[in-house]
Amino acid sequence: MKARTERPGLGWAAPAVLFFAAFGILPVIGVVYLSFTQWNGLGDPQWIGTANWAAMGSDADLFNGIGKTVTLTVVSWLLQTPLALLIGVWAAGPQRNRAVLSTLFFLPLLLSTAAISVTFVALLDPNFGLAASWGDGNFLGSPERALYVIAFVIAWQFVPFHTLLYQSATRQIPRSFFEASAIDGATGLKQFFHITLPQLRNTIIASSVLMLVGSLTYFEMILLMTNGGPGTATRVLPLHMYAKGFVGFDMGYASALAVLLVAAGAALSIVVVRSTGYHRMSSDREGA
Amino acid sequence: MHRAILAAGAVAAILLTAACGNGGPGSESAAAGGKVQVWALEDAAVNPIATASIKSFNASTGKQVELSTYVNDAYKQKLQVSMGSPQAPDVFFNWGGGNLAQFVQANQVEPLDDMLAKNPGLGDKFLPSVLDVGKVDGKQYGLPMIGVLPVVLFTNNDVFAKAGVKPPKTYGELLSLIDVFKAQGVTPIALAGSQGWTELMWLEYLLDRIGGADKFQAIADNKPGAWEDPAVIKALTEIQNLVKRGAFGTNYASVNYDNQGASKLFATGKAAMHLMGTWDFSVQKDANPKFISGGKLGFVPFPAYEGGAGDPKSVVGNPSNYYSINASSKNKDVAADFLAKSLSSDEYINGLIDAGQVPAVKGVEATLKGKPNSEFTTFTYNLVAEAPSFTQSWDQALSPKVSEKMLTNLQKVFLNKLSPADFAADMAASK
Repeated sequence: MKARTERPGLGWAAPAVLFFAAFGILPVIGVVYLSFTQWNGLGDPQWIGTANWAAMGSDADLFNGIGKTVTLTVVSWLLQTPLALLIGVWAAGPQRNRAVLSTLFFLPLLLSTAAISVTFVALLDPNFGLAASWGDGNFLGSPERALYVIAFVIAWQFVPFHTLLYQSATRQIPRSFFEASAIDGATGLKQFFHITLPQLRNTIIASSVLMLVGSLTYFEMILLMTNGGPGTATRVLPLHMYAKGFVGFDMGYASALAVLLVAAGAALSIVVVRSTGYHRMSSDREGA
Repeated sequence: MHRAILAAGAVAAILLTAACGNGGPGSESAAAGGKVQVWALEDAAVNPIATASIKSFNASTGKQVELSTYVNDAYKQKLQVSMGSPQAPDVFFNWGGGNLAQFVQANQVEPLDDMLAKNPGLGDKFLPSVLDVGKVDGKQYGLPMIGVLPVVLFTNNDVFAKAGVKPPKTYGELLSLIDVFKAQGVTPIALAGSQGWTELMWLEYLLDRIGGADKFQAIADNKPGAWEDPAVIKALTEIQNLVKRGAFGTNYASVNYDNQGASKLFATGKAAMHLMGTWDFSVQKDANPKFISGGKLGFVPFPAYEGGAGDPKSVVGNPSNYYSINASSKNKDVAADFLAKSLSSDEYINGLIDAGQVPAVKGVEATLKGKPNSEFTTFTYNLVAEAPSFTQSWDQALSPKVSEKMLTNLQKVFLNKLSPADFAADMAASK
């Protein structure tokens, strides 16, 4: 009797399940239906079978979008992970100026994406912004540079968040590990590679999952900064879907793209979680 | 304990659902006799005039008309999503042409022919070429609510005087001016190339001058081969030549119109010319008043193209913007009365003229002459009145789906990532 009351029943899960069904599952079902229709938002959707799905094969911008999304994801991970890891480990230390510098460094976390985007667009104005002092100032308008500029601004916004993860994880590593290794003659660099880094394994995985899945659906900053341009140089998959759906009002085709995005996001999460052992949630903490 | 939590959850769920059902500023419009919602674009110069005319309409009739304004892109989405729902406005701003036609095809727009019949003389007040763009299949669905907005070539008089040159009359002159300004270290032409619609103006005018107004009409009518016409290819090739020549500088694709990147570049003398709609006059008047008051802003029609089939007097741009009435509005009579009383009233017309607009109304030349900025407004009025054709901006005249594709592809043409022939082939394939 006691065991039954202690274990949360279905009643406890009901609000979350209902909420998820209403705002998570139902819309996905609706989008799957819309992907088989032609609809511009006015009147009723017309059933057209698999025409939207067939049209994907001849959509060069779709393949461009997949390429841009993969590039942005890889560049973001390569840029953010080492930065966040190093700053996080440093910020976990006992230095005297640490608190002040860390606080300053976490400031971007407090700003909204829209504010960051508008600020960077002003900074990157080729004639009147900071960019004017660097060559011809052509950053957001250059098909070769624009995506990397976006990756930089995304890193500026999100490195502090991942730093926070690494900082708290580093602080949880038992001091005895470091003391024992110091007695054995390990220097700072050796301690970092042989104690800190292995102990942060689960944090690296968690932070990477957030980055990978986040990059896949990254949208609002690109919309505000380049709107996918110039041409399609920064048109990642979510933005391509937005352009088809809410600029071209081709809701059927945009829904097909949305289904693709949901499938890709789910597949990526599963692959990452399975291949890293994250799903077992196994702890390698001392005594756990 | 469990019951209490479940009950609280249920109450929260009901409140949430109720909030979804009743929310939104437009909900009152569903009830007859409630507020009449008018939706328009945000425009610092024109909104106060609309508000003033609504105030005097409300005062004289005792009705409650209310204006809500939105920025351009957000407005298009909000309108598309809300039409057909109870949140839809009673009177909505639109661009006429293909933009209006898609709402008409969905039976969501009320024809205004009865209203025009009840108000004799109202229809005759507007310029016919402008009124035509508010027609779909021979029926009037929209009335012009703002001045005519043709695209003209603005020139910076200071920069021209310093170089000792005159504004171009022909395309050949324009090309040699580009070389002159380039040699002086001035960007020849300001272009907000981060937005496709600013680049579209070059294609619109070049095709009009090279091939004539019929060429775009064929595209708008979905005629086979219209996109692949040699005149379209030639216009696109001229665009790529302009870019190669350095007409827009090297960083034009980073310049944004909405934060006045191009207008400021031009007003500060870092660029010599700016091809833009006449609304940029209002923009400059607000942002750089000395540029206007010092008489430094020049304006000429788009140059003639040597050997081109088009009439150099033709114009492209936005004939006007329009107010239309939602077919499912519960306040159609009040809405129609509002349009009839306010859009051609002296108060509204004079307000537009004071703001630097040129109303699409016949016989306003005399009024224009007596007002500030008369040089610019009479120039605009005569340009439109004498034009044999007024081609509507392509991104408004074509369906949103085709426009979206066209603007993206045109950016690629400017960046030399897509050839004119591939542009034409891709556009011909999209319906």
